[in-house]
Amino acid sequence: MYENILRNRSADPDIELMSNEDQELRLLQRNDKICFRSFNLWYGEKQALKDINLDIKNNILTAIMGPSGCGKSSLLRSINRINDLIQNCRTTGEVLIDREDIYGGKVDVYDLRRRIGMVFQKPNPFPKSIYENVAYGPRIHGTTDKTDLDTIVEKSLRGAALWDEVKDRLKDNAYSLSGGQQQRLCIARALSIEPEIILMDEPCSALDPIATSKIEALMRQLKEAYTVVLVTHNLQQAARVSDMTAFMYIGEVIEFGNTTDIFEDPQKELTEKYITGKFG
Amino acid sequence: MSNVNQRHLKGRLLFAAGVIAVSISLLSLVALLLDSFLDGLPYLNWGFLTSYPSRFPDQAGILPALFGTIWIVGLTALFSFPLGVFAAVYLEEYAPKNRLTDLIQLNIANLAGVPSIVYGLLGLGLFVESLAMGRVILAGALTMTLLILPVIIITAREAIRSVPKEYREGAFALGATRWQVARQIVLPEAFPGILTGTILSLSRAIGEAAPMIAIAALAYVRFLPTSPLDRFTVMPIQIYNWINMPRVEFRELAAAGIIVLLIVLLAMNSVAIFIRNKYQKRAVG
Repeated sequence: MYENILRNRSADPDIELMSNEDQELRLLQRNDKICFRSFNLWYGEKQALKDINLDIKNNILTAIMGPSGCGKSSLLRSINRINDLIQNCRTTGEVLIDREDIYGGKVDVYDLRRRIGMVFQKPNPFPKSIYENVAYGPRIHGTTDKTDLDTIVEKSLRGAALWDEVKDRLKDNAYSLSGGQQQRLCIARALSIEPEIILMDEPCSALDPIATSKIEALMRQLKEAYTVVLVTHNLQQAARVSDMTAFMYIGEVIEFGNTTDIFEDPQKELTEKYITGKFG
Repeated sequence: MSNVNQRHLKGRLLFAAGVIAVSISLLSLVALLLDSFLDGLPYLNWGFLTSYPSRFPDQAGILPALFGTIWIVGLTALFSFPLGVFAAVYLEEYAPKNRLTDLIQLNIANLAGVPSIVYGLLGLGLFVESLAMGRVILAGALTMTLLILPVIIITAREAIRSVPKEYREGAFALGATRWQVARQIVLPEAFPGILTGTILSLSRAIGEAAPMIAIAALAYVRFLPTSPLDRFTVMPIQIYNWINMPRVEFRELAAAGIIVLLIVLLAMNSVAIFIRNKYQKRAVG
């Protein structure tokens, strides 16, 4: 089964498939951007993340895969501390971004989230115009000048490969767009605050295959400029777009490494079982 | 076969029961309206709207009561809307969910069920006596505010709760603060619901006589209130007062007063529906 996945990956014309050695060399050039250090997370009495140690490198795409309920979304949502909104959510350990513990006392959580864009499972544009959706982020952080906002909106929409489709209807309500367009609008919204990191929580799970392939093409572009962390339960997607992959199971990271290694030569039995479709 | 017939029969019976139930409520409303209109219509003219009460039925009017009602409703709206909205925003967007907030929630629901005369006595004790405002419009409006505040808070919370949590997450993820999320994302979406709830509560306040009797608004007013610190009367009290008069003409005057009260109520409810439709269209787009 996993041979198939990798064959698909090489069959995709959009990907210049690198050799294993090239890929490793590329990863070696990257610095650690997000580091989990003995990180634990509880919702009330239930422990969702157990002793996570993970180094996510900058300017590559890291996929986190695993069966439902394995804690992959909790891990993602710990990076921008949006889990703080959930009552009874506690953490121990550290998450370092650029060597600074974001759970340390000095961190302003609103400032932290400004450096991190997030795209959700279901497209969730605000019930406002297309323009206002993208302009909202810069506005709350103090950009009021109309020309500045226009520039940011165009740049973000171009970055999300949506500009050409919506440039004549920026005043239309965001919900007049198709599902795939809405999700790209959400990506544009995430880009509008000029983040360093982009978190994607199963961004294609509500989309059809064509819309999915557009978003995946976009992911490959984005990872050149941003540190992208993608949560997915879709193995093929992880294989197609990611440079490194973490496999999670019941709150723990079972295996983490170069995507090609994980799919071709998994070290742990659980990983192999999951990749070959024996459970999940 | 007989089973099918039986089920058809049950269906027809239920249908008939439904028609009867609707007819009873509609007919009683029609009877009330018809009775009021037949009695009151001869008195309903410009003079009735612009005259002061009088010993002579054909010279009596509802002007001071109409003015008093407008004063009371206007001030009540001014006090209760911001209080209700901020309380609801606090309870939904800020307050942690624990025993204390559960208790607060339970008590608000209970307060909404307290008889209005009790609020009237509270207003009498608190605003009129303890705070020594006297029996003035301000005291009446503050009492009405207390009366309808629980209902406004409850409907505003419902409206706020119906805003999808995905919108909030989207805004928080961009680095918005709680206040920015509440003001810019949640409130615009919840606004039509909040406004509808407020206007419907206010129209309930218009019809309340009991708390105003406790505040002891006057029954016989021959001046127009010009400030919140003036004494006043309201339409339900004027109507109540006319009904208690011995001469039959005054009862017909009361019917005319009821018509005016109903028109004001209907006007306010239509405004509520209009605003709701307007904003809902804009929100869905």
